[in-house]
Amino acid sequence: MFRIITKRALNPQVTLMEVYAPRIAKKALPGQFIMLRVNERGERIPLTIADYDAARGAVTIIYQIVGKTTMLLDGLREGDAILDFAGPFGNASHLGGIQKAAVIGGGLGTAIAYPQAKALHAAGAAVDCIVGFRNKDLIILAEEVKAISDKALIMTDDGSNGNKGFVTDALQRLIAEGNRYDVVIAIGPLVMMRAVAELTRVHGVKTIVSMNPVMIDGTGMCGGCRVTVGGETKFACIDGPDFDGHLVDFDEAITRGKMYRDDEQLAAARHKCEMEGKTNA
Amino acid sequence: MPNMSPQKIKMPERAANVRNKDFSEVAVGYTESMAREEAARCLNCKHRPCVGGCPVNVKIPEFIAAIAAGEFENAYRVLRRTNTLPAVCGRVCPQETQCEKHCVRAVKGESVAIGRLERFAADWHMEHAEDAAEPPASNGIKIAVVGSGPAGLTCAGDLAALGYDVTIFEAFHAAGGVLTYGIPQFRLPKEIVRKEIDGLQRLGVTIETNMVIGKIASVDELLTEEGFAAVFIGTGAGLPVFMKIPGENLNGVYASNEFLTRINLMKAYKFPEYATPVKVGKRVAVVGGGNVAMDAARSAKRLGADEVYIIYRRSEAEMPARAEEVHHAREEGVIFKLLTNPTRIIGTDGNVSGIELVQMTLGAPDASGRRRPQPQAGSERILDADTVIIAIGQTPNPLIKSTTPDLDTYAWGGIGADAAGQTSKRGVFAGGDAVTGAATVILAMGAGKSAAAAIHRYVAAR
Repeated sequence: MFRIITKRALNPQVTLMEVYAPRIAKKALPGQFIMLRVNERGERIPLTIADYDAARGAVTIIYQIVGKTTMLLDGLREGDAILDFAGPFGNASHLGGIQKAAVIGGGLGTAIAYPQAKALHAAGAAVDCIVGFRNKDLIILAEEVKAISDKALIMTDDGSNGNKGFVTDALQRLIAEGNRYDVVIAIGPLVMMRAVAELTRVHGVKTIVSMNPVMIDGTGMCGGCRVTVGGETKFACIDGPDFDGHLVDFDEAITRGKMYRDDEQLAAARHKCEMEGKTNA
Repeated sequence: MPNMSPQKIKMPERAANVRNKDFSEVAVGYTESMAREEAARCLNCKHRPCVGGCPVNVKIPEFIAAIAAGEFENAYRVLRRTNTLPAVCGRVCPQETQCEKHCVRAVKGESVAIGRLERFAADWHMEHAEDAAEPPASNGIKIAVVGSGPAGLTCAGDLAALGYDVTIFEAFHAAGGVLTYGIPQFRLPKEIVRKEIDGLQRLGVTIETNMVIGKIASVDELLTEEGFAAVFIGTGAGLPVFMKIPGENLNGVYASNEFLTRINLMKAYKFPEYATPVKVGKRVAVVGGGNVAMDAARSAKRLGADEVYIIYRRSEAEMPARAEEVHHAREEGVIFKLLTNPTRIIGTDGNVSGIELVQMTLGAPDASGRRRPQPQAGSERILDADTVIIAIGQTPNPLIKSTTPDLDTYAWGGIGADAAGQTSKRGVFAGGDAVTGAATVILAMGAGKSAAAAIHRYVAAR
């Protein structure tokens, strides 16, 4: 069992949790992920390690409440425990040798992009951060991002924070202003990562994306997390999760991401009913 | 007087058209009187050829004699002396190519039903007897076992019996390895696996789940900081092999590993009561001719598929699956398309809609001794299918190899180890599918047993 040390809502849909997992905290590196199972009947889901503190034995995860598992997870409070919590899985991000980087986060992806930006900043690189959200109520980690960025651009789709536009609009602007990046790191929804990769391809800027497909084990065993990269099938869990954004077949990844959509909706709806049933009873 | 019937007592089984709709066990097991009658067929030969055919050298005539005498608990004790997992072996061992193949009764008629009798004695024990066994006194020496499949469990059991403090590290949340995630409930109930593992824990074996060695701790760290005197690697063959044909990444294409793990480990057959889903269409094509392919096909049938096909590139004679499994699959309505091989998988809107198959003919024998299949140009036909399961094999997981630099491995991924399990690295032993590539439960158990003996010698000589 893995105890929840702290829990706080970053916005109405996104929650941060610190989980007591000292062995994982000791080994974790930016870009890696854990697999968790909330209870005996639960699914195993991958979540990126958003932060870690070996001294306190804490591993930070940030999740969006989208389906049954994240609803169940969000039903837990500080002091409660998660049944299974394993990792750290995947390869650490390669952040060495970078002088100047643009780090892009879309929605929840900001939580995953932020530790990478922070690590780059700590290593002495110049970091411009671009983070995008649907509206101002969904903005997360704004202060944290500003603290480690040379330039921090916080965008909203609807302009409700006074800065309307997609992350690609902001990146286009920065490039047009003459910023030259050694690398662009883009983490967020597949359509966002695809749009960033298309833009940077034109400008010839190396782009790293983080893939988060459906997977069961995280150890290379199920093969469910297949991603086509440069015409070859890769397993996101053991070959990734970071890949060259110019080589990833995003269309295939988007289609594969929809494979269980009906089942996910059924499970989530059923879970909601059960919860409401309990509340009413 | 021995029972001179040339035939085994038949194993009672649930009717095919009943059992292919649920996940309850197919074979029901002998009753006491059936077991005693079958046991009486054993001639108790002096030269005991059957024992030599068993990778863990079960004292077969002894345990069968105990059953014949009605001393069922005694039979179990004889089994358990050399076999850590008799209830598992009695169900999934390919006895026909091992002990039973050497049975004198098989010269004229059928062999003694050694496997069925093993299962009977193990089940009888689980039902009627308490494990009173106290764990042996600890010698204070810590041994790490990586992986809780048949090799790891056997190695751990033998070492624990010698007094070692054994810790098994398991990557998943449940122990058992392939017995838990791979072999379906209807062939090997998970309650049985659980009970065998409980028995080991009572012997003093510690099992730590959610521990992915190579990630959370390296083999070197186990040997140094963590204070283990030796490490046994029994990580199995878990990496799925794909065919590298067009269309394999369409939705609806599974590696057998994923399909079976969803069903067996995550209990997707009880979705949505259990949260993990599995997609099974109306027409399912399973590619491969091994036991895993049979397990996948029979599971698909149970999950409601109308038509389930086995696509195998050679003929039935070359099929690696046990004859019993092929027979069961056929009884349950699985359709065999032999001498056919997939050339591509066809999709509509990202989902599988069919699989193109080419006819094969058999040429001269290849390195494996089986006749090499050759495609017949122009014979391609499309089989409509909405689910495709690739069950053509697994290779060892690279996590240990990639994090243990001085461990010799083969190009195909297997860990190099001698017959006793010694690897190129001092204090590190390995066995089972991680060394041989995908094989059988009992061979992995044999390797775990040899390695336990080798570890005992290694520690004594230190």
